[in-house]
Amino acid sequence: MRRALPIFVVLAGLLVAIAIVNPYFLEPPAFLAFVKRAAPLVILAAGQYFVIVSGEFDLSVGSLVTAEVVIAARLIDGSAEATWPVLALMIAFGLIVGLVNGIVTTLLRVPSFITTLGMLLILSGAVFLWTGGSPRGALSEQFRQLGRGSLGPVPWSVLILAAVAAAAVCAMRAGFGHTLVAAGDNDRAAALSGVRVARVRTVAFMISGLSAAVAAILLGGFAGVSAQVGKGLEFQAITAVVLGGVALGGGRGSVAAAMAGAFTLEALFTLLNLYGISGALEPAVQGVIIIAAVALGAVRFPRARAAAAS
Amino acid sequence: MTQQLKLRPVPAGGSLIRRLSADRPARPVYVALALLVVLGWLVFALDGGAFLSQENIVGIQQRSAALGIVAVGQTLVILAGSLDLSVAYLISLTSLVTAEIMAGSDTGVPVAVAAALAVSALTGLVNGLIVTRLRVHAFIATLGVALVIRGALDARYDGPAGSVPESFQHLGYDRIGPLPVSALLWAAVAAGAWLLLSRTRLGYRIYAVGGDTEVARLSGVRTERVVVAAHVLCSVCAGIAGLLLASRLGAGAPTVGTDGGYDLESIAAVVLGGTALAGGRGGVAGTVGGVLLLAVLDSIFNQLEVNSFAKDVVRGVILVAALAIYARRRRTR
Repeated sequence: MRRALPIFVVLAGLLVAIAIVNPYFLEPPAFLAFVKRAAPLVILAAGQYFVIVSGEFDLSVGSLVTAEVVIAARLIDGSAEATWPVLALMIAFGLIVGLVNGIVTTLLRVPSFITTLGMLLILSGAVFLWTGGSPRGALSEQFRQLGRGSLGPVPWSVLILAAVAAAAVCAMRAGFGHTLVAAGDNDRAAALSGVRVARVRTVAFMISGLSAAVAAILLGGFAGVSAQVGKGLEFQAITAVVLGGVALGGGRGSVAAAMAGAFTLEALFTLLNLYGISGALEPAVQGVIIIAAVALGAVRFPRARAAAAS
Repeated sequence: MTQQLKLRPVPAGGSLIRRLSADRPARPVYVALALLVVLGWLVFALDGGAFLSQENIVGIQQRSAALGIVAVGQTLVILAGSLDLSVAYLISLTSLVTAEIMAGSDTGVPVAVAAALAVSALTGLVNGLIVTRLRVHAFIATLGVALVIRGALDARYDGPAGSVPESFQHLGYDRIGPLPVSALLWAAVAAGAWLLLSRTRLGYRIYAVGGDTEVARLSGVRTERVVVAAHVLCSVCAGIAGLLLASRLGAGAPTVGTDGGYDLESIAAVVLGGTALAGGRGGVAGTVGGVLLLAVLDSIFNQLEVNSFAKDVVRGVILVAALAIYARRRRTR
C-alpha cells in the first residue's frame, strides 16, 4: 500500500491545482461531471490492472470498445426493445474476447503482447468489414441514459463506476486476488504452490474484456457512435495503471492505485485544457509527465526493484 | 530418435559463433514464405495474372522496403530485451526534417540526410537513456517519447511540408536492373545488422543482455551501454525509413509513419520472424522473412481485391497462429 501512496498525493495535488484555476471545480455538480467523464477510463484501467498484475498485457481493449459500440449501434438501430438484450450481448462479447485472449496466451503460450495485438487487428478489421467501413445504426435513448443520464443528482456512470471499483477491490482482497498477484510475481513458484496459473490469468483477461464492455456502454452513451471511440484507449489504460505504481511484468501494485492513476490522467487532461495548452501540445506534455512519473516511481525504490527482478 | 534429431537441428555443443548467429527460429518463416509464394503463384495463375512477373516482384520489394528497414532496427532492440514504440512518429519527423531542409534544392541533400540521421540518433539516445538510467519500462518510455514527438508534429504541421529535389527521388523509384534501389538499401541495412549481430562484440552483447541482463552484467558486460546502442541503431533505421518515404512522397508528411502503422507492424514482423519478444533469441534473417511474408500476403490480397479490413483480420490470425506454432516447437524441444 505504501507504494501506492505517491499517486494519491499527485492526484490530490492536481485536483487542488484545477480548483485554484476553476473554483467551481470542487463543487458537487462540476466534480461529478469530472468523475463521469473519467469513468470509462477508470473502469478500463481497473480491468487492465488485473491483466498487468498477473504479468500480461491487454492491447485489445481499445478496439474492443470500438467494436462493442459499433455492434450495439448496428443491432439496436434506435429501437427501445432491443436495448437490454444487446446490453447482455455486449457483456457476453467482452467476456468471450477476454476468454479467447486468455486461452491463446496461457494454453498456446503466445506472448500476450502478440495475442492481444492480433486480437486488435482482428476486431478492428472484422467490425468494419461487417459494417462496410463506416458505423451505421443508432443507439436507443435507454442505452444512452447509462452514459449521460443520472439518478437524482448522481450520474448513472458514477454509480456504475462505484460498483466496479468496489467489486475490483473485493476481488483483489479475496483469494483470487492473492493468487493473481502470486502468478504475476513468479508464475513457477505460484504453480508449484498449487495456483492454477493458466486459469487465473484467463479470468484476468475476461475481467479486462468485461471492463471494456462496460466502458463501451458508458462511452457509447456519453460520446456517441463513431469509429474512433476506442482509439488509443489501450495505451491510456496501460499508462494509467503504470502511473498508479503497478509494475509492468506483474506481481506488484494495488487496484485502487491503478484507478487513481486513471483519475490522475483525466485530471491532467482537464488541467492542460484549463491552462489553454492546445490539443496539439497536449500529447507532448502528457508524454513528458508520464515518463517523469514512472521514472520517479522507479528511482524511489531501486533496491526493491533490483531484488525483485533477479 | 529421428524425431528428436529433426527438432534439434543444431547440436547443443556447437561453437559459440554458430549458436549465436544461426537463426534457428528463422527456418519456419522461410518455409511459410515458400508455401505462400506457391499459393500466390496458384492464385495469380487462376486469376489470370503472373505472380513471378517482374512488376509484381518489384512491387513486393518496393512495398516492403520501408517496413523492412524499420523492422531490422526493431529486431536489434527486441533482441536486447527492449522495445520501441516511437518509430512511427520518428519516421514522420525525419521525413519532415529531410523535406524541409532540402526545400527542393539539390545542394541541401547531404545536410538534410545528415540532419535526419542525427535527429533519429538523438531520439534513440533519449529512448535508451530513459530506459536504462531512469529505469522506465521500455513500453512506457518509448510510448512517452512517441507522444512528445506527436505533440511537436501536431503543433507545427497540419499537412505535407517541404519538398524533395528530383535527384533525391531516385532513391524511392529507381531500379538497377530488376532491383529497386529501395530494396538494395533495405538489403544493405539488413546485411549491416546481420554482420553486427554475428561478427562483432556489440552483437554478442546484445544477445547476452537480451537473454539475461543480470548474467550479462555479472560477466562484465556494461548492459546499459548495450541497450542504449541498440536503441540508437533502431532509431537510425527508422530515420533511414523516413528518408526513403520522403523521397517516395516528394515531401515530408506528419502522418506517413502512423498511417503505415510502422510501430506495431514492425514488431509483428520481428516476432513473425521467430525473434523472441522477451529478447536474446532470433535474428535479422527471420525478420527479413517476416517482412517478405507480410508483403507477399499483401500482394495476394491485392490480386484478389480483398477488402482492406479483411486483410487486417487475416494478418491478426496469422500472427497469433505463427506465434502459437513457435511456442509449441520451443516446448517440445
